[in-house]
Amino acid sequence: NVIFYLFFLLLCIRDVVGSDFCLIAGPMRRCGHGHCWLLGTLAFFYLVLLSGVEADAKSDHHSENGHHQNASSISGIPIVTFKWHHVETPYTVALWIIVAGLCKLVIEANHHVTNVIPESALLICSGFILGGMVWGADKKQTFKLNPTVFFYYLLPQIILDAGYSMPNKLFFTNLGGILLHAVIGTCWNAATVGLSLWGCHMGGAMGDLDIGLLQYLLFGSLLSAVDPVAVIAVFEQVHVNEVLFIMVFGESLLNDGVTVVLFNVFDSFVSLGGPAINAAEIVKGIISFFVVAFGGSLVGLVFGLLLSLLTRCTKNIQIIEPGFVFVVGYLSYLTAEMLSLSAILSITFCGVCCQKYMNANMDEKSVTTVRYAMKVLANGSETMIFVFLGITAIDKTIWVWNTGFILLTLLFVLVYRVIGVFFLTWIQNKFRLVPLDLMDRIIMSYGGLRGAVAYGLAALLDENKIKEKPLMIGTTLIIVYFTVVLQGITMKPLVTWLKVKRATNNELTLIEKVQNKVFNHMLVAIEDISGQKGNNYMRDKWTHFEEKWMSWFLMKPSARKKHDHLFNIFHMINLKDALEYVDKGESNGTLEFIRNDTAFIDFKKNYEDDFSDVSMPDLTIDMGDDTIANPYARRDAVPSISLEMHKQTNYGLRESENINTHHLLQQHLYKSRNQHRFRYSRSHFDLNQDENEVQEIFQRTMRNRLESFKSAKLGVAPPKPITKHPRKDTQKKMPNGKSTEKRSYYSGDEDFEFSEGDSASGYFPRVTHRPGTGIENPSFMPDLDPRAPVQIPPWLAEGELDSTAGVAPSQRAQAGLPRTPSNLNRLAPLRISTRSTDFPTSSSSQQSNELPPPPSPPPYHPHKI
Amino acid sequence: MGSSKSSLRHIPNAQELIQDTGFSAAHIQRLYERFDLLDRDQMGRLRVPDFEAISHLAMNPIGDRIIAAFFSPGKDTVDFPSFVRILAHFQPTDDNRTRDSSGKEPYNSPNRKLQFAFQLYDQDGDGKISRAELLQVLQEMLGMQVTDELLQSIAERAIQEADLDQDDAISFDEFKKCLEKVDIDQKMRIGFLS
Repeated sequence: NVIFYLFFLLLCIRDVVGSDFCLIAGPMRRCGHGHCWLLGTLAFFYLVLLSGVEADAKSDHHSENGHHQNASSISGIPIVTFKWHHVETPYTVALWIIVAGLCKLVIEANHHVTNVIPESALLICSGFILGGMVWGADKKQTFKLNPTVFFYYLLPQIILDAGYSMPNKLFFTNLGGILLHAVIGTCWNAATVGLSLWGCHMGGAMGDLDIGLLQYLLFGSLLSAVDPVAVIAVFEQVHVNEVLFIMVFGESLLNDGVTVVLFNVFDSFVSLGGPAINAAEIVKGIISFFVVAFGGSLVGLVFGLLLSLLTRCTKNIQIIEPGFVFVVGYLSYLTAEMLSLSAILSITFCGVCCQKYMNANMDEKSVTTVRYAMKVLANGSETMIFVFLGITAIDKTIWVWNTGFILLTLLFVLVYRVIGVFFLTWIQNKFRLVPLDLMDRIIMSYGGLRGAVAYGLAALLDENKIKEKPLMIGTTLIIVYFTVVLQGITMKPLVTWLKVKRATNNELTLIEKVQNKVFNHMLVAIEDISGQKGNNYMRDKWTHFEEKWMSWFLMKPSARKKHDHLFNIFHMINLKDALEYVDKGESNGTLEFIRNDTAFIDFKKNYEDDFSDVSMPDLTIDMGDDTIANPYARRDAVPSISLEMHKQTNYGLRESENINTHHLLQQHLYKSRNQHRFRYSRSHFDLNQDENEVQEIFQRTMRNRLESFKSAKLGVAPPKPITKHPRKDTQKKMPNGKSTEKRSYYSGDEDFEFSEGDSASGYFPRVTHRPGTGIENPSFMPDLDPRAPVQIPPWLAEGELDSTAGVAPSQRAQAGLPRTPSNLNRLAPLRISTRSTDFPTSSSSQQSNELPPPPSPPPYHPHKI
Repeated sequence: MGSSKSSLRHIPNAQELIQDTGFSAAHIQRLYERFDLLDRDQMGRLRVPDFEAISHLAMNPIGDRIIAAFFSPGKDTVDFPSFVRILAHFQPTDDNRTRDSSGKEPYNSPNRKLQFAFQLYDQDGDGKISRAELLQVLQEMLGMQVTDELLQSIAERAIQEADLDQDDAISFDEFKKCLEKVDIDQKMRIGFLS
């Protein structure tokens, strides 16, 4: 809380009100045209907020007065008390978050503007406006970007997100180059900027300043680092090719270690004073660099592995497993900070290291949750950072103008960045297989954006040791604005103008993925043959090691089996197809083809017309059947004449289909019970239906299955009464598990006139349901999956009404059958068994009371097989 | 360089190879040493067992295919010039040399590189990757981890993606089309030490 207080030295409420007022005016001025509705909503929101706050303000004064009066004697119990000071800090924080969020909302509302000016620049500008309002209301800047808040509460999630979504392969292939820039480049920047400024100072270019050589070097070192936040924000919108991106982005992440060390070393040098520095101290400084950088990375790795291990065994607490990522990540940051190691490196490597295992270990939903939550946090704090960078500027006290100093710093920062990048890439290209060309170098130098990290470090300077701290902060801010706003705006045109290779939007294709794997193996093999030991050799070694040990140790056995990237792609493509398929089906009005053969053919035909190339065959091919190589041959198995007839009577059929659907729905759609039981569980997304329903579905499935087999056997003959009760057999066999899935359904019915093998192979020669293969015969699909709610085709259901005996529900299902009068009719088909006639006619409410509470599953769970 | 020039004399057709493949003399020299090392019986020719003796290659899932790619059809040995010519596929593409001395496309052109990759799949040499051939490659690369059914459906899917003329196989043109977004030159490139 103390930290929050530091940060949000509170305005009195009046000022918040004031700034809110102005905020409405701000966006209006900026947006100008269009989006009135948005502004309208915004204004409304603010009015509501304002009236609330204003009322609060009044009552605050009032209650304070009252409090003073009543301090000695409490006359009665107050009904409502206003306790602003209790909520002051969190309230202000929340308000600012909302304000920052709304700024982003307004900015993003107009894409014409964001296409030209990057979002980060606009956020800074809106920060200026907000800052102006606060200043206007308060006559001083009460809200500033405080280094503590920045480093402890805003920065970590951004870096964690960067690490977590890092393209690992790309990153590690280019690691050499990235390190070169991050280490040597940063040192170069720090040294040259510091020395040049000092030189100019000596030459008398900036008048009378109380800054020594060491202070200049300190200043240079805090300005040396390229800022990850700014780089992400700008480069995200400019889609440069991936190698270029990873070079700039990786550098911005990794140079933190260097910056922190340089800053600390020079800071202590400044404290020691010039004469006390000897060779030993300098050596210590160099050693501390390695310790800080590698130590930080090591801490990150350890926490990353820990996190992977943790997610390996969170099967039973899936609902909180996403939380671990954030907490452990944050812990790694804090631990490194505690040990005075590089915290940014630590959290980066934590994210890089855990991503693979975590994504494999965790439930798919948790992965999505993590991904989204990470983006929400990172994007939110990025917004906050830029807004506050803007707000900070509106403060008279930090502006000490010295034209020479500021302009020279700006010049040196830009020039030395260019020189450094060109020199280092020149070295790098001697070793690179794919050299960086001139355009890449230009963008790399131009992408040297400084940001909040530099400002945070500048704000950390000690005023007692450095007299010109305000000047340095001011200069840092100007450089930040210059790089983020001006370079940010010009980046896109520059990239277009220079025709820098853009990122190819890679659509997922399997063949590409396969080919990539082949390429990798091929390169390794060729290196082996030609006797070189290059990158590919190292990567191959690592892959082997990783697969053998790391995966074994850190990954769930079940996840290990198919963590190969190829399967992810395959899965995603299939998922996309399935969604497309459903969309298409729904736009045609029905997905009834799943049950109805003719509708399916119709759909298939239509679908093929539209998507002649792909997708459908996937769902129709029986992969197990190798004799038919061509998927199109299979389709010919459908008599073409029926297709044509179908086409002619399309309209009529559609109508009858509709009737069928309605009939079907009325008969079989599960109506809500009178007593709808709302289930809330903190630990489960309980998608399971009512128990009754599940029981009933099972019963229907069973019956349906029997019916279809019977009619299959007898052709068009009417369904024969089934006398045998399947329950005891199924009950007996269910626990066998999935392997006997199919068998167990029919095994109880030996008194059928046909044998089981006959039914499986004789009539349905192609129904072979295997995981991963397509659905061959959709009309029978429900039979194969006992968990899916099955609805009986109307013709069967009608036939059923006539029959005198059917499958009796199990005991449990009988007990659980709902018996409201309205349901009795609907469930009539079910209640034809001889035993079900003697149901007690009790009310449904009584029944549901008798049932066990929903979360505890009954011991006998046929639908769970 | 002087020493390597002089030792180039031992190598048959050295100058012609340099012309042909774009390797420098130092490259050729180095590759010759490697060739010599692999050629255990000093016949001036490599046989399949010579390749198989390379320890890491045995672990490579598609190692056999790569080895097979070195042998032109019908031959069971490979001499030094052919060896170098195969390796020349992995040189960076040289934009200035679009045609070599005999007017053919150089080995390191993207097209030739792709052809090399293509023939790794196309074992029967009919100019098409059939489903069975693709499946075989997949099995070699992923075989241990997964069921056959999954591999089959992946192969099926991959063929469908690429198959434009609906003949249930991938021809070279289709293969090329699929990979047109991939920078072949960068993917098939090795830093040959000189």
